Amino acid sequence: MGVGITVERLNAFYGKTQALFDINLNVAANHATALIGPSGCGKSTFIRCLNRMHETIPEARVEGAVQIGEFSVYNGTSATQLRRRVGMVFQKPNPFPTMSIYDNVAAGLKLNGVRNRKQLEGIVEKSLESAALWQEVKDSLHKKSGASLSGGQQQRLCIARALAVQPEVLLMDEPCSALDPISTGKIEELIFQLKEQYTIVIVTHNMQQAARVAEFTGFFLLGKLIEFDKTEKVFTNPSDKRTEDYVTGRFG
Amino acid sequence: MSVWRRLIDRAMTGVAILTVVVVLLPLFAIFAYLVYKGIGSINLAFLTQIPKPVGEPGGGMANAIVGSMVILFIASLLGVPLGIGAGVFLSEYGRNRFGDVVRFVSDVLNGVPSIVIGVVAFALIVLRQKHFSAIAGGVALAIMMVPTIARTTEQMMLLVPQAIREAAYGLGVSRWRTTISVTLRTATSGVITGVMLAFARVAGETAPLLFTTLGNQFWNRDINQPTAALSLQVYTYALSPFDDWHRQAWAGALVLIVLIVAAVSAVRFVVRRGTLAGA
Repeated sequence: MGVGITVERLNAFYGKTQALFDINLNVAANHATALIGPSGCGKSTFIRCLNRMHETIPEARVEGAVQIGEFSVYNGTSATQLRRRVGMVFQKPNPFPTMSIYDNVAAGLKLNGVRNRKQLEGIVEKSLESAALWQEVKDSLHKKSGASLSGGQQQRLCIARALAVQPEVLLMDEPCSALDPISTGKIEELIFQLKEQYTIVIVTHNMQQAARVAEFTGFFLLGKLIEFDKTEKVFTNPSDKRTEDYVTGRFG
Repeated sequence: MSVWRRLIDRAMTGVAILTVVVVLLPLFAIFAYLVYKGIGSINLAFLTQIPKPVGEPGGGMANAIVGSMVILFIASLLGVPLGIGAGVFLSEYGRNRFGDVVRFVSDVLNGVPSIVIGVVAFALIVLRQKHFSAIAGGVALAIMMVPTIARTTEQMMLLVPQAIREAAYGLGVSRWRTTISVTLRTATSGVITGVMLAFARVAGETAPLLFTTLGNQFWNRDINQPTAALSLQVYTYALSPFDDWHRQAWAGALVLIVLIVAAVSAVRFVVRRGTLAGA
């Protein structure tokens, strides 16, 4: 089951440059929350602060508090522990190129020490089913490399890989920006099904996509969270002038 | 396309083909000449017997063939893990001053003449043990392998996109585990190319073995004793005044090249069989 996320006074920095200013935000469990905003506004930085992926960049640092379920993200939890609970799907599909489809999905478990084959097989099948990829790859699980699939299939493979470690939250950083409309449609459908079991935070440049998949939407501008509300409200009756300008296409 | 452009196109294609021929010609010339000079002396006795005393015809280089394999095995056993380890360090943890120092030292080591490395191994091992040995020769060759393997491993690891590492981090895989099981694994084929390059380069080395393994006219099963090596045997025989030994030297050189090509091809074959479709 998904868990909620509470963000309090979050500030993020790259060296001396501040990328996020005092973000306060509550993400509801088992719902999809979309983050929109022009390029460079801090959406990706924000989402990477939720699973501490920003730490992989030297000189990046964070102040403030993030609570995911019972985990205090910046207090007493190791980054690796946390990331097993908070899965991530990236902008460009990034399957492990030298691993088979099966090994790609099993990677998170195998590399963390799970050896039981029966258990692995079950989880791989279930994850590929959940990512709506099982039917397309079930005959070549061990024969084909993850990189041999099409772009859309690769992205669903990456979703299956993230699901296999059985997270509670799924972070998606522009998961459809490298895909064609048909693959995008499939992934959006998937998000609809996944939010029954997971809490989803999705960064997107596509406002129609946010409107289609998310119950809540946050609008970022220059590192600040300008508005956060029910998606419908944000798109039809925003309370901030800047949000209105953005969603009506006047800038960005 | 205009006539002029077509003409330039043809001319450039011609130049490209010509350069390929010029590059490959020496290789084929050497190999053809070796076969021409050496093939006549290769027979069962050459591959299975040890050298006969001076003046007695016949005999072979079986002990040197085995000796070369043993020395190269020791060298690979030491040099490959060290080289790969250093390369992994340089690419994943060496983006700093210390890494720069290691890179510089490694490049200098790569340029040190092989005979100097032989002398070093002589001073470090042979003098201390008070006798020549296959181990000393293996160490000398391993020292020569390390910089090549380290720098190619580093380059190949750096070619692995950051996104692949992030994918592993995102699954809650620790950094060292990601480095070994994801990044290094993704770079494997390139790393193996580097290892093969280093292996082939030291396989024919003679100078570092002169003061270390010394050579041996007889069978020797102890890696702690002076050991025969093909390159040493070729060197000794080629400098001798005897026609029979000259012929055997050609044969020995041919066998050496064939062994190197066979080893490299075998590794390539095994690696390719383990590669998945589309990888």
